[in-house]
Amino acid sequence: MKPVLEARNIDKYFLDPVRFHVLKDINMKLFSKEFVSIMGKSGCGKSTLLYILSTMDTKYEGELFIDGQNVSSYSKEQLAGIRNQKIGFVFQFHYLLPEFTVIKNVMLPALKLGRESIEEIRAHAYHKLEILGIADMAEKKAFRLSGGQKQRVSIARALINNPKIIMGDEPTGNLDKKNSENVFNILRELSQELDMAMLIVTHDLDFAEKTDRILEMDDGYIL
Amino acid sequence: MRRLYLILEISKTHLLSKKKQTIVAALGVTFGISMFIIMMGFMTGLNDLLDGLVLNRTPHIQIYNKIEASEYQPAVLLDDDRVNFIHSVKPKRRLERVHNAMPIMAELSNDRRVKGVTPQAMCKVFYLAGSNNLNGIINGIEVDEEMRLFNFKDYIVAGDANSIEKKKNSILLGAGIAKKLSLTVGDRLQVSGTAGNTYSLTIGGIFQSGMADVDDVQSFVSLKMAQQILGVGGSYISRIHVKLYNIEDAVPLSKQIEQLYDVKALDIKTANAQFETGSDIRTLISYAVSITLLIVAGFGIYNILNMFIYEKMNDIAILNATGFTGDDVMYIFIMQALIIGMIGGASGIGLGYLVSVFIDGIPFNTEALPTIKTYPINYDPKFYFTAVIFALVSTFLAGYLPARKAQKLDPVDIIRGQ
Ligand SMILES: Nc1ncnc2c1ncn2[C@@H]1O[C@H](COP(=O)(O)OP(=O)(O)OP(=O)(O)O)[C@@H](O)[C@H]1O
Ligand SMILES: [Mg+2]
Repeated sequence: MKPVLEARNIDKYFLDPVRFHVLKDINMKLFSKEFVSIMGKSGCGKSTLLYILSTMDTKYEGELFIDGQNVSSYSKEQLAGIRNQKIGFVFQFHYLLPEFTVIKNVMLPALKLGRESIEEIRAHAYHKLEILGIADMAEKKAFRLSGGQKQRVSIARALINNPKIIMGDEPTGNLDKKNSENVFNILRELSQELDMAMLIVTHDLDFAEKTDRILEMDDGYIL
Repeated sequence: MRRLYLILEISKTHLLSKKKQTIVAALGVTFGISMFIIMMGFMTGLNDLLDGLVLNRTPHIQIYNKIEASEYQPAVLLDDDRVNFIHSVKPKRRLERVHNAMPIMAELSNDRRVKGVTPQAMCKVFYLAGSNNLNGIINGIEVDEEMRLFNFKDYIVAGDANSIEKKKNSILLGAGIAKKLSLTVGDRLQVSGTAGNTYSLTIGGIFQSGMADVDDVQSFVSLKMAQQILGVGGSYISRIHVKLYNIEDAVPLSKQIEQLYDVKALDIKTANAQFETGSDIRTLISYAVSITLLIVAGFGIYNILNMFIYEKMNDIAILNATGFTGDDVMYIFIMQALIIGMIGGASGIGLGYLVSVFIDGIPFNTEALPTIKTYPINYDPKFYFTAVIFALVSTFLAGYLPARKAQKLDPVDIIRGQ
């Protein structure tokens, strides 16, 4: 079976303030329906890796394959297209566009993709909100939601274009135990039902232990 | 189409979330644009008024007899190598009439550049009333043509311009003379020509040009009457006034006339050279002030948009992360600038128009301009159109620079900065 995400010999340096080798010869594969967590000490390079894998950061050496395509040499515009269609990203802090309604937030990536009519997109967005149990919030402005609710909206948004991979940088980082378990269960189910791969950075050992596989990072290496 | 809708949708939401700043930015444009419209309307209104005052009445070409010393003196004909020094050369005495005036007028009337020609017979006179006698000039005119071509009627402030045509010994008296001699319409006055003969004329109307120099000496009678005062025949014409369809033809046509006939032809450009400069400077000032205001408004938009972008960093990062390109982000902010420009431009046009209408209604009475009752305003749609272009171009430029910055932002930097 072909991996949906593959990193080959990825190296990353920061040049400022001093030359600093953050990621060292990263090789990894991620398959469809797999739920993988990344763990490691603070500062070992987890976020940095995730930004590269999500195609937002292009300043690295090595090769990155997404859904079989070598995207290492893609232009910014092409990468934006890849992110739009194939990757859903869930941040720790950067949730939503605050002045937009919840449903608009979820709809935006699909509107950008532009494959369906606005009404279809609205229906799908509403359905995703239902899956996450926050459909009743649909018409509220995003900034009026609680942290847990926001996090669920951002998962709904990550799902809207039925991506191949969902990536999360500590998506449960500022949620309480109960909410965090909730989010975990949702992601778990989705990966099975919707044929998606999950790649989640976490500091929460309980969370990580329930995933299919843990990638341990230390000092820029995957162990 | 879809992309435009999406960009518009995002821009709208952003602007609505910052109503106050949006309004302040738009107000800057509003003031710039309305100022432009008011200034242009008023300044060009004033220009047109002054043009009307002088240029409309001034013939485009005046034809009269040349009184110049001949360039060829008899001594030149002596065919030897001597150098001739001739001092105090004076022109030969000639009558002030235009030779062959009738054929010249007929020829000119047939030229398709010419709107009309009017003959003038000018005589120097004394106005006599009681024991006073005043120096003056009486022009014999064809009043119908003068009214058609030179708005003559505008300067008749009392009585009837046509009276001189209806009754031969009627006169349209200069307002200054009427005042000095305490005369009004219907009164009689004596006029004596240079030949010494005296005529009794009835005042059919009062003429006021607005220029005291003229109004104190100038009166009008019919062409026949003037010829009678001069004691000359019906073909005596001292000046021919030509009105053209296009004022630009004045210079070439006057040159042509001088070449063809033994006359002097003075074109309006030469006669009123200082006039255009005044108009041009007023227009220039209007543009300078308005553009300055728009530049200030542009800086306002630039600042506010920079602030917007700073505040919307997270939004930019999220949009980037979910698949929007840098160009999308740039267009979102340019769109915001343009929306501000359009709102400001539209209300600026409205405000400018309203203030213009208001100024147009303010009474403005002056001795010098008898036909003017209120301040002159020009409502040429050209200015409104230019104003819209100005508003859009200046807001686009003001929005473009910050938007370019937003386009180049690296989402990873923004996310890390949190
Ligand atoms: N822009 C930057 N310039 C220079 N060094 C950086 C920059 N961003 C991150 N670093 C460094 O790179 C290393 C990895 O950072 P990264 O954010 O990937 O760590 P992390 O594993 O996500 O840590 P945490 O668990 O605390 O989020 C850190 O030592 C950090 O100081
Ligand atoms: Mg991190």
